[in-house]
Parts: sequence; C-alpha cells; structure tokens
Amino acid sequence: MLWLIVFLVLPGLVLIAVSFATRGAYGQLEWVFTVENYQRLSGFSLFGWTADYIMIVLRSVWVAFITTLISVVLSYPLSFFISARPERSRYFWLTLVIIPFWTNMVIRTYAWFLILAPELPLAKLATFFGFIPAGSPLYPNSFAVYLGMVSMYLPFVTLPLYASVERLDWTLVEAAQDLYASKVRVFMQAILPQTLPGLSVGIVLTFVPAMGMFVVPDLLGGSKYMLVGNLIQQQFGASRDWPFGAAISMGLMVLTMISLQFYRRRSKEIEFV
Amino acid sequence: MSSKKDKGLSVKDIDKRFADVQALASVSLDVQEGEFFTLLGPSGCGKTTLLRIVAGLEMPDTGRVILGGQDITSLPATKRQVNTVFQSYALFPHLNIFENVAFGLRARRFPQDEVKSRVNRRLEMLGLQDMPERLPHQLSGGQQQRVALARALVNEPEVLLLDEPMSALDARLRAQVQVELRRLQRKLGQTFILVTHDQAEALVVSDRLAVMRQGRIVQFGTPKEVYEQPKTPFVAEFLGAANLIQGRRLNEGVDTDIGFFHLNSPPAWARGSVAIRPERIRITADPPEKNGVKVHVREAIYRGTNLDLWCEPGPLRVRTAAQYNYEPGEEVWLELPPEGLVILDE
Repeated sequence: MLWLIVFLVLPGLVLIAVSFATRGAYGQLEWVFTVENYQRLSGFSLFGWTADYIMIVLRSVWVAFITTLISVVLSYPLSFFISARPERSRYFWLTLVIIPFWTNMVIRTYAWFLILAPELPLAKLATFFGFIPAGSPLYPNSFAVYLGMVSMYLPFVTLPLYASVERLDWTLVEAAQDLYASKVRVFMQAILPQTLPGLSVGIVLTFVPAMGMFVVPDLLGGSKYMLVGNLIQQQFGASRDWPFGAAISMGLMVLTMISLQFYRRRSKEIEFV
Repeated sequence: MSSKKDKGLSVKDIDKRFADVQALASVSLDVQEGEFFTLLGPSGCGKTTLLRIVAGLEMPDTGRVILGGQDITSLPATKRQVNTVFQSYALFPHLNIFENVAFGLRARRFPQDEVKSRVNRRLEMLGLQDMPERLPHQLSGGQQQRVALARALVNEPEVLLLDEPMSALDARLRAQVQVELRRLQRKLGQTFILVTHDQAEALVVSDRLAVMRQGRIVQFGTPKEVYEQPKTPFVAEFLGAANLIQGRRLNEGVDTDIGFFHLNSPPAWARGSVAIRPERIRITADPPEKNGVKVHVREAIYRGTNLDLWCEPGPLRVRTAAQYNYEPGEEVWLELPPEGLVILDE
C-alpha cells in the first residue's frame, strides 16, 4: 500500500497539478492555474481547431492495437510449438524468447538499422518489388515501426500465453473434435477459453506500454512518424513545455483506462458466451 | 455375413506402439449393432487406446476399423459417427449445460429449433431439464456425468464410447448408475462400448465383454461365460476370486497336492491348472462321495452378505452363506464338485 502511494498516487497527483500549471517564457513552471493545456490537446488554439493532436493519439491507439494483434497472432503458434517440445529443450526455446530482454531497448532498436540496411536481403527484396528506391534502407517507415514494436513486445504476450498453453486440458480439444467441431470451432471453444487468462495478461502488458512507446517510432519511424509517446517526450525534452506534456500524459492515461475497461467487458463476453 | 453384423463395428488386426511400449498387438473384435460391449482389463492393458482408435483420436499403426460396413480407419474424429463420454467428462467449462449438450449439433449447423427440441429431449431423458442454464462446475459429479452422456447421445451416434465414465463416482452412486446405464442402453437400442477396470461393473452392464491384458484380448464372451468358464489363470483371478489348483492329468481327472479331483471332461494338457470359484465349493460335515478335501479353517471373515473362509491346505477360499458359523481351527470337509472345476488352457 505504501509503495502504491509512493510510486503511483504521488507522481499521479504531481502530474495532475503540473498539467494545470502554466509554462513560463523560458520553459519554467509557473504555478498559475490554467486549462489551456487541455484545450490545446483537444485541438483548440489561437488559430482555431486542428485535429493534429487527436490524430496523433488515435494513431498511437491504432499502432498499439496492431502491435498487440500481430504479437498475439504470432504468439499462439510459438507457444504451442514450445509447449510441444520435450521438456529439456523447452527451456532452450523459452530462453531464446527471453534473451532480447537482456539487451537495452535502444540498442535492440538500432539493431534493426543493420538488419534493414540497403545491402541486406530484406531491403533488396523491397527494392525488387519497387517499395523503396534502390540503395535505400527499409526505414524509416511504418513497416519498420511495426517490426520494431512487435519484436519489442512479442515476449510479453508469448510468455504468459505459454504458461496457459502448457497447462491446457487437451481432453477438451478431443471432446470438441469428437463432437464434430471444425478447426476454427475447436480453437474458439476449446483452446481460446482455456488460454484467456494468459492472453489477457499478454494483451494488457503489450497494449499499455505500446501506447506510450517513443524509442521505436522515433528511430524507425523518422521525424514524420509522431506517436503520443514522442509527443510527450518532446514536451518534457526539446520543447520544455512540462504542463502540456503532463496534460498529454493525463490524456493518455485516461485513454488507456478506457481501453482496458472496454477490453475487460469484451473479454468477459467472450468468456461466458 | 448377416445384415445385422454389417451395421456393427469391427476392429481388425490393430497394432499400436507408443515409443517403446506395444500398446496393442493384433487386436480384432466384432461388436454387433445394439450391443453393450465392454473392454475389461487392468490399467495399461491397452483398452483405452483401443477405444481412442475407434473414436478416431488415435491412429493405429496397422489394422482397420470398420463401422457399418465402411472402412473408417483414416477418418478423423470430427468425421466419425461415434461419440465419446470421457473419463473426466471433458465438459466445456465456459458453456452452460444446454450449450454443452448442443455442441455437436451446433457444430454441424442444425437449425435452431431442432437443436432446441433434441437437446431438451435428452436433458429430460437424463433428468437434467431443471438446470439448462447452470455451468458444469455448479453440478455434482453424477450430474456432470449425465451431461456428458446427454452431450454424446444427442448426436445419435452409431456407436457410443464410454471411457471409465463411473470411476469418479462414489461406490453407492456407481452401482445405481450402472443399472441406469444398462436400462438406458436397452431402451435406446444403441451400440455402447464401455472401457472399465471394474469387473463387477463389466458383469452388470455388458451383453458381451472382452478381457484384455498387455495389449491383447485374452477372452471374449457373455459375462456368464467369462465368469464361469475363464480360459486362463489371469481371467479367472481378474474376474472375482478364484482358487487355482495345479496338477497332472490322471485318467478323467486331475491329481494335485491336495488330492485327486474328478472332472467333467479330461484336460487337454498333461500338467496344468484348474480353477474353482469360492462360492462353488461346498462345506460338508462328513466326507463327500468324491472330490473331497479335509481342511481346517484358518480364518473366517464375516461379510454380511456371506461368510468367507480361508482353509488349509491350499489355501482354499470358500464362500458360504452368512448364517453359518465356522471358527478358526475347526476341521471340515470341502467338496469341489466337477461342474464347478474349470480346466484352464495353461
């Protein structure tokens, strides 16, 4: 409880306070109450209304959603593959999933620069199909961002999902097959409900941090690929506009909570229908 | 081949290996339409593997499975007109009772009103009509078992497979369910194949049964045939208690350590065993005319329904009515009548 106060409630209160403060002429904090930061976030400014910030937020939700979706789709076969290995080699495969954690996130992202370099097959293949001009790397673009994001978050889905898959009661799968179920039906009725606990953890662990991710879009998406994480980072960094940054953070937090709430309702429906 | 047999199930020369274990070795059997057939054997004898091969959940290494005259060996479980009641029932925990029972019909896209009427009819038949909305974990073991039964039967399978469906029930309920299951099968006239290690259960429910041991079928027959005419010491001892007596053939009988016994027919072997059930041995005060053994009672166990005696020499187990009183140390004559003595094959 004490830890919750120290690490969650107090910083949260500070963030709320800062989001209603004013930015001084030199970027310092001035404790003058204003709602201007929230007005700006919703798109209102001296020059009328623009959808810029809202678009950035929506794009962030979309990128986080797609990242989570791809991670889930890839994690299912991976989890089944690992759980089907003999017990000893299972740990080898699990270690392969975990190893990327041992490397710094920024370094891992830079590693994609090498993999997507113009001299290597991936970029050459893309050139061959005319996606990119000859001699250029396969970044920055949204493909590189998704690649980086999925590789970053895949283990967060795979590990909890694997824990569920390993405990799977296969007689339910056999019962479904015995009762004429198609492959899709076997998955939906016999496998999905059983793996839902692990899947939920994986989805939350991926979706929430993916919404605020800024390293990957910054490096692999280029300056034009702005996500809400970059926007916040920019306010606290280069722009020196802490109050606006705090307001965006609050917006992100509220959006995350709404998404989670929506997801919880949906997953309950899946569970009991 | 009669037309009745054509509609039944045949298994021909099935072999199945798991890594270094021979689970089934050239197993063949014929189950007739409408028959309650039981595969009986100790755990690890291959009976469940055989059932799974019939269900399509396991593929045999060699051999064929024929249902209604059609070779279904290579058909997957999803395509077979065979349904299974699993040992753990394997009810879908997130679906209510109605949806569990409706599962097979929905998978085959039956129209909604037909699903409804068929499911409701089965629920009623098994006394579950008051709880269609409940989830499996809210039911007792006996109710779960009936849901599993309804879920399989609603598909009107050509063969219903039951994998030790009563092993999770307590003894009293099991005895009741056995009788109910037998009645249900007679009423429906459907082919049932039951796997069990419980010999009493096999005797109660089956029309015919096969005793299995180490991946082979060792004896076929009606419960009465298998119980009264066991062919091997294993069958004799697995189905109830039996006294096994070894000896040499002598004229029309057998000469043993505890005496000479007349038999109804001469044995085919020179040295071998005969078996006699404890309840077939008669206790007499005076020496019987033939096949008598003089023994003293070592132990007398009162069981309520009867009295079990352990006698020396032998030891011979004798079962008699509970109203008699015998004390340890008491000397009595036993008569092993020829019609109770079974000549075993080996």
